[in-house]
Amino acid sequence: MTRPILIKGGRVIDPSRRSDGIADVYLAEGRVASVGHGIVGEDGCQVIDATGKVVAPGLIDLHVHLREPGFEDLETVATGAMAAAAGGFTAVCAMPNTDPPQDNQGTIGFVISQAQKAGKARVYPVGTISLGQKGEKLSEFGELMSAGAVAVSDDGKPIMNSHLMRTALEYAKTFGLPIADHCEEITLAHAGAMHEGIVATRLGLKGIPAAAEEIHVARDIILSELTGGQIHLCHMSTRGSVALIRRAKDMGLNVSAEVTPHHLTLTHHACEGYNTNAKMNPPLREEADVEALQQALKDGTIDVIATDHAPHHYDAKEREFDEAPNGILGLETAFGLAVSQLVRPGLLSLSDLLYRMSTRPAQLFKLPGGSLATNAPADVVILDPDVEWTVDPRAFFSKSRNTPFGGRTVRGRAEVTIVRGRVVHDRAGA
Amino acid sequence: MTKAPALGKDLVGLEHLSAEQIRLILETAEAFKEVSERPIKKVPALRGKTIVNLFFEASTRTRTSFEFAEKRLSADTVNVASSGSSVSKGETLVDTARNLEAMRIDMVVIRHPSSGSAEFLGNRIRSNVINAGDGKHEHPTQGLLDLLTLRDKFGKLEGLKVAICGDVTHSRVARSNIWGLRKLGAQVAVCGPASLVPRDIAALGVEVIPHIDDAIRWADALNVLRLQLERMTSGFIPSLREYNRVFGVTRERLERAQKDLVVMHPGPMNRGVEIDSDVADGPFSVILPQVTNGVAVRMAVLYLLAGGGPDWQHQGGGE
Amino acid sequence: MPTRSNLLDERAVTRALTRMASELVEHAEGPEGLVLVGIQRRGVQLAARLAQQVEQLEGRAIPCGALDITLYRDDLQAIGPRPRIGETRIPGDLDGRTVVIVDDVLYTGRTIRAALDELADFGRPRRILLCVLVDRGGRELPIQPDIVGVTQPIARGDRVDVMVRELDGRDAVELVRE
Repeated sequence: MTRPILIKGGRVIDPSRRSDGIADVYLAEGRVASVGHGIVGEDGCQVIDATGKVVAPGLIDLHVHLREPGFEDLETVATGAMAAAAGGFTAVCAMPNTDPPQDNQGTIGFVISQAQKAGKARVYPVGTISLGQKGEKLSEFGELMSAGAVAVSDDGKPIMNSHLMRTALEYAKTFGLPIADHCEEITLAHAGAMHEGIVATRLGLKGIPAAAEEIHVARDIILSELTGGQIHLCHMSTRGSVALIRRAKDMGLNVSAEVTPHHLTLTHHACEGYNTNAKMNPPLREEADVEALQQALKDGTIDVIATDHAPHHYDAKEREFDEAPNGILGLETAFGLAVSQLVRPGLLSLSDLLYRMSTRPAQLFKLPGGSLATNAPADVVILDPDVEWTVDPRAFFSKSRNTPFGGRTVRGRAEVTIVRGRVVHDRAGA
Repeated sequence: MTKAPALGKDLVGLEHLSAEQIRLILETAEAFKEVSERPIKKVPALRGKTIVNLFFEASTRTRTSFEFAEKRLSADTVNVASSGSSVSKGETLVDTARNLEAMRIDMVVIRHPSSGSAEFLGNRIRSNVINAGDGKHEHPTQGLLDLLTLRDKFGKLEGLKVAICGDVTHSRVARSNIWGLRKLGAQVAVCGPASLVPRDIAALGVEVIPHIDDAIRWADALNVLRLQLERMTSGFIPSLREYNRVFGVTRERLERAQKDLVVMHPGPMNRGVEIDSDVADGPFSVILPQVTNGVAVRMAVLYLLAGGGPDWQHQGGGE
Repeated sequence: MPTRSNLLDERAVTRALTRMASELVEHAEGPEGLVLVGIQRRGVQLAARLAQQVEQLEGRAIPCGALDITLYRDDLQAIGPRPRIGETRIPGDLDGRTVVIVDDVLYTGRTIRAALDELADFGRPRRILLCVLVDRGGRELPIQPDIVGVTQPIARGDRVDVMVRELDGRDAVELVRE
């Protein structure tokens, strides 16, 4: 039995109830017991003074790669869950491109048991859409779900076969499982290393046109209309995609979308000097795309921020740009980047940001959390939205160090992270 | 006392050189032309320097040209080709570089299929690095020898109209030419099928001319790029025959233009594809002077980088 | 502030060159097979003047060339590459000829050492003579001139500036004290 926790005097922001004000939060038996003024906890409860801080439902990331099983030298469920907790996340959804892939009950169960052993952030496995992520045969969605999968995706690879995508959307309806798709028309993007634009032209790198993403987004939207299935569009990167999603939402389709902190922050210019830490798929795009993505997050066209946390070994990135793997770490920089990029310039309120990093992700994948309502799970984060800090990859809890943000000064950081009523990260005490 | 602009440690591309630095290389190359005409074609300038020619792609012309340049400067050279080296056994570029450095070499000349590899290497080793062609990025010594050849022919580059014809998208020669020519005041146009010309190339300050006849009419000189034969199999153009018919530089096309034109080609040529034999061997061609100038330009680059002093000065009065 | 003082004025330079030309012919035992090679930069103009004087004395043209020793220097590491390399022009075959190296100032001798190395790569002269307008002493190598305009020991750190009409608009030799 864990001790109850009384968080006193913080600014409590609960986007699920549109509340924002100074209050105490009392957590007991793994639940939110009460939120109010002058709460007196039972004897022996742990008291945390949150004066000057923000108390919010824990952040939830719908898109991370924890690399276990198969690539434990890059990250494990335990290190990933710790990195998540350090970044203020109380739950993450682990993408299935492991080895073996999460296309069977055994692997899903293994990830869940590793997460339980670690006892840090909650880890919800995502199952594959197709067996072995081969894009040929559907995985057993019912089995995956009963083992604990919260969604299905072949992330890392797009579902190119439109018939397979159609049947996946239809079949998933039985279970209410969201389908998360990596949108990339690979015959058009083929062998591209960065965004197709002036930087790629100068550097002599093969470009991936924005159209490669947009064609796939358009197809997925059309198939969602055809089937009524729930499609979640991963890591959107172009203004064209934003326009397509806006139209789909206007039509009332069951479509949701995510954007990463780095696509909200950086442009293809980050690749100058062949910086492999700026190599990702989808690639960093243009200034106009960054602006459109920020606006889309503000107006709700894009539902959530997800990190696409992608650990890679340092020497995998220490090579020719063409040969370097895609992706960067996200969990430990996401909140600071989002505050610096969106809240401080006045684009989003802190409450709006927390809605897009906690409440809304919980709703999309039907996860517990994202709320401080009575009886909600005691997954809570105490944030300092003003503190200025400099990103130091050496201090990461993640096993990997691949980030283009090293040395960048940002504002906003998680101070204490509580999962199931237990403190899993306390920066002061860490 | 004249103060010369330093070239820095490496020569990765012409994009980051100033017009003054490019002119320094060309003027130094002028002096080296004469060395190749001497009875003993060798000077001791780089005596005791060790240079590795690290070639991850097959190349006869560029490698031979660098080797002549190095030997005529009395450097000690070692050639490492990708076949038969540890490179083909999966060693990373960084390991290869560190191993070479551990052998205390002074300079590396690198040819590599990946864009950015020369810069990558230069940032990781203390030796001077010279880019002998990195992927689709740059081939600075080719760009310099093209500049030198045009300057020989026309006396100056300011205001000269040069059309770069062919597969611009995949060409490192095109990029180095564009930077070098623009910096020295030439006008540059590119001409090729739209499937082989980057959409945003105009942002580099060049004009796009869709038809080869218009390019020939416009230009004082053509730089005809080599068409990699695999462009056909990967679907950028339908056939070599059609390419020659629509974009080939033929004698008929040049005669129709009724003017004297200079024709360059970085080699090796696909005769009958991007350029016809009677053009390549004809009076307009400066293809062989290009090769001669290649050695002089490479000698100049090796010489200027070898001392490495950031701010050397010409010392007047006796010694 | 550096101070300048005159070592040779215009007329003195002319007188010195006239004397050097006749000494040169005497040393070389006549104009037969004589080749003058000036060292870049001001040695080139001095060589041309001497060749003209010899022609006036002997009534026959003397082949005259230029030598840039930059690429034969032994101090690339120390001072870096020279930014400008001058022309090297050797007038014909040197085999069996009497080659006169002409330079403005003789100091450490290293330039002449480099010039000897370089000439050897162009052929095998019967004899090589050294002719300088100013010998300022301070040798670091066992090299001595055969024909000298003026001998004047000058302290290390001071400089001798030779000016020639073709490049500088006037003929003069000046001592510069830093």
